[in-house]
Amino acid sequence: MNDFLAARSQMALSLGFHIIYACIGMVMPFFMAVSHFRWLKTKDEHHKNIAKAWSKGVAIFFATGAVSGTILSFELGLLWPKFMQYAGPIFGMPFSLEGTAFFIEAIALGFFLYGWDRLNPVFHWFTGVVVGISGLTSGILVVAANSWMNSPAGFDYVNGQYINIDPIKAMFNQAWFSEALHMTLAAFASTGFAVAGVHALMIVRKRNVHFHREAFKIAAGFAAVAAILQPLAGDIAAKSVAKRQPAKLAAMEAYFKTQPASPLVIGGIPDEKQKKVNYGLEIPSLLSFLVYDNFHEPVKGLDQIPEQDQPPVAITHYSFQVMVGFGMFMMLVGVLYLVAVWFKKHWLEKDWLLKLFIIAIPTGFIAVEAGWMVTEIGRQPWIINGIMRTADAVTPMPGIAYSFYLFTAIYFSLSIVVVFLLYRQIRMVPQLYDKQPKNLQLSHS
Amino acid sequence: MEYVIIGFLWLSILLYLVLGGADFGAGIIELFSRGDNRHRTRKTAYKAIGPIWEANHMWLIIAVVILFVGFPLIYSTMSIYLHIPLVVMLLGITARGTAFVFRNYDAVVDDMQVVYNRIYLYSSFITPLFLGIIAGTAISGRINPDANRFFEAYVFVWLNWFSVAIGLFTVALCGFLASIYLIGEAVDDFDRQIFTRKAVKWNVVAVGCGALVFTAAWVDDIPLIKWVLGNRVGLTAVLAASVSLIILWISVRKGHSMLPRILAGFQASMILLAVSYVHFPDFLIMKNGQHLSLFKHQAPDATMTALGWALIIGSIFILPSLYYLYYSFQKDGFVEDAEH
Ligand code: HDD
Ligand code: HEM
Ligand code: HEM
Repeated sequence: MNDFLAARSQMALSLGFHIIYACIGMVMPFFMAVSHFRWLKTKDEHHKNIAKAWSKGVAIFFATGAVSGTILSFELGLLWPKFMQYAGPIFGMPFSLEGTAFFIEAIALGFFLYGWDRLNPVFHWFTGVVVGISGLTSGILVVAANSWMNSPAGFDYVNGQYINIDPIKAMFNQAWFSEALHMTLAAFASTGFAVAGVHALMIVRKRNVHFHREAFKIAAGFAAVAAILQPLAGDIAAKSVAKRQPAKLAAMEAYFKTQPASPLVIGGIPDEKQKKVNYGLEIPSLLSFLVYDNFHEPVKGLDQIPEQDQPPVAITHYSFQVMVGFGMFMMLVGVLYLVAVWFKKHWLEKDWLLKLFIIAIPTGFIAVEAGWMVTEIGRQPWIINGIMRTADAVTPMPGIAYSFYLFTAIYFSLSIVVVFLLYRQIRMVPQLYDKQPKNLQLSHS
Repeated sequence: MEYVIIGFLWLSILLYLVLGGADFGAGIIELFSRGDNRHRTRKTAYKAIGPIWEANHMWLIIAVVILFVGFPLIYSTMSIYLHIPLVVMLLGITARGTAFVFRNYDAVVDDMQVVYNRIYLYSSFITPLFLGIIAGTAISGRINPDANRFFEAYVFVWLNWFSVAIGLFTVALCGFLASIYLIGEAVDDFDRQIFTRKAVKWNVVAVGCGALVFTAAWVDDIPLIKWVLGNRVGLTAVLAASVSLIILWISVRKGHSMLPRILAGFQASMILLAVSYVHFPDFLIMKNGQHLSLFKHQAPDATMTALGWALIIGSIFILPSLYYLYYSFQKDGFVEDAEH
């Protein structure tokens, strides 16, 4: 494996893991806060215990999120020093604000985890909300840094020099809004489905049914709403991509030849040598419609982009299909759930609905990973779109392949341990969080 | 504005050294104690740092962010030539952070705890060791952009007597900070005695490692004595640190717990001052004499202004709540029965 490929793989691996921890760390505090709020209102101990059980999960993910994030902030330099040397001052603004957000998050989490039965109940609840809000803020801020790489702004590039730097303009670049919106919804949808699915599994297995049902309701509600809004946000994102990165859009759609009334290709196997898609389903004019809201305006194809500026087509296209496919599935489950809640209460007792949620456990995270592959691989060969090539940014140090193997081993063992811990948390629910009423009183007196 | 930013950079390095250091130190002293003693150390340490350990480690992130936004050339140069020790340090941080949480949040207590614990203890040692090595290398003037052989450019830069001695000194300092900190957390006289004895031991070790650093500097031809004692600020700082050490021991004797902590922190800041002052504003000392300076190699003005304001506004939010967090968990028995 050559060093350049190793560096790219290591970056992708680290971000791919971090994003999962980050999504959960951003979203779970909101679930906790809802349950906590219900407890404050109803005094039903179940809600308190749900919030507590979840807070253990949050602590685990927060720690893994924090360490993987720390790794990342070094990796940017370890792997891409040339990039950071020039980009740091331009796109660094969100990172410096993010620092504050993380700090507040860490402080609030300290209060929240150790404040049960000690702090004023409303203040305690509030610290939980602060954890969520600052997590979300930090997520949105990093995405601003990433969107700058896709849509560089806030500087002039003259003769290889970066001048007239304006970090605020760089932060609010063209791609920022669509990415931040889509990513935030993605975090809610993916975490929501994963959590709801695990509780659904427990209900189907008839374990601590009341406890899990209450937990399920909270997570499923968030998941359903986010999943329904997600394709809308995706459409906004696609329109923005078409404007700023026609090469990425063409790769996503495996759209090789510019045609008027551009068709949308669904599925299929792109053949990058022959520049065509085999076995795909073509729907005439739909791509024009999705991008420009009319059926005839031609969308720019890969043939209008110089060969050396084209991203890999097949993998971008597959990733995009995977994201959209799972997105549609999750939207469907979300719609069914809301129909059940509002019109068909008896569906909620049915196993088939719960089973759909169980199937949906991994789908959100798969879509998240696929979506990031679209964004990041679709940006290639650029690290800063149109300005700096990824190959020019990589570290001169040889032997990155070994570092890649090392980090692969670390991330995999980390994930195995996290899964193992969560499994034990869930298995311990009967002993720790949903005891018989008699014990409950004892332990909370 | 650059003074504000450099001030924050210095402060976050210091706070990471003191707070993060005490936190690593808790693991280090546990590593070097046995039996029941070890168990007590663990219990007290958990109680003392459980709620704040996340916050303690944020200072590293702040320092890194300041470097890459405000002083990008320094950040990228360090990243290139100190790649290997940085990776080892990251491994340490990762292993330690996760093991700490796992040993505290695992729902089931069984043999797995032994595994987490072992990882936690070893990584508590390795991380500050490499942090020290990195810091030592930054000031030792060995980074050599003209080297073209792998070992010369990427390995012997940091793998030498001086850097390793600084690493060991950092470890000892962490142990010292932690034992002083834990004296204040002791629940009874017996505990207090244990931690006092540890503090004495780590004080001796730190002094020994300090001597080692000077010896290594001599071996490696680094004029450390001249750097540290050859100017008024360095000399004053060293004197202040020595005097405060005496006061510290008197006050430990008298049974105080807050004053010794403040003094230990003060000593760490004096040490940092003495080493950073000589080279200021140079941050990375290079072999070819083209040192990287905090003044000459900073980001453009617009970025510095924005970064400075971000830090000022951020600290308005952070410092009071951080203070309140430390304050709340100082109150007796706050964490004692935090559930596992
Ligand atoms: C639960 C996850 C999820 C789901 C169901 C979807 N997406 Fe997505 N998508 C993401 C999660 C995601 C993401 C991981 O969050 C990305 C990566 C970068 C970003 O901002 O969001 C993303 C990126 C992304 C991009 C690239 C944006 C860019 O490069 O700036 C487009 C065009 C879409 N998405 C479009 C869609 C469409 C049309 C969907 C229809 C169902 C859809 N996504 C569902
Ligand atoms: C957490 C979600 C993210 C995921 C899953 C992700 C995924 C990836 C992938 C797959 C690559 C490799 C692309 C390739 O070389 O073919 C990559 C590269 C990279 N990403 Fe991201 N990314 C994420 C977010 C970000 C953010 C927020 C930043 C911002 C600062 C960022 C910065 C980079 C850099 C610097 C590279 C290396 C250069 C390159 O390959 O273009 N990524 N990422
Ligand atoms: C789209 C991509 C990303 C998102 C959405 C994201 C979001 C988050 C969130 C929400 C957290 C809080 C941890 C938690 O609550 O579990 C976190 C932690 C962290 N992230 Fe990321 N992040 C992303 C990419 C990055 C990148 C590219 C970097 C580095 C340059 C980074 C650096 C950090 C750091 C240093 C932490 C630890 C802070 C702490 O201790 O709270 N993140 N991230």
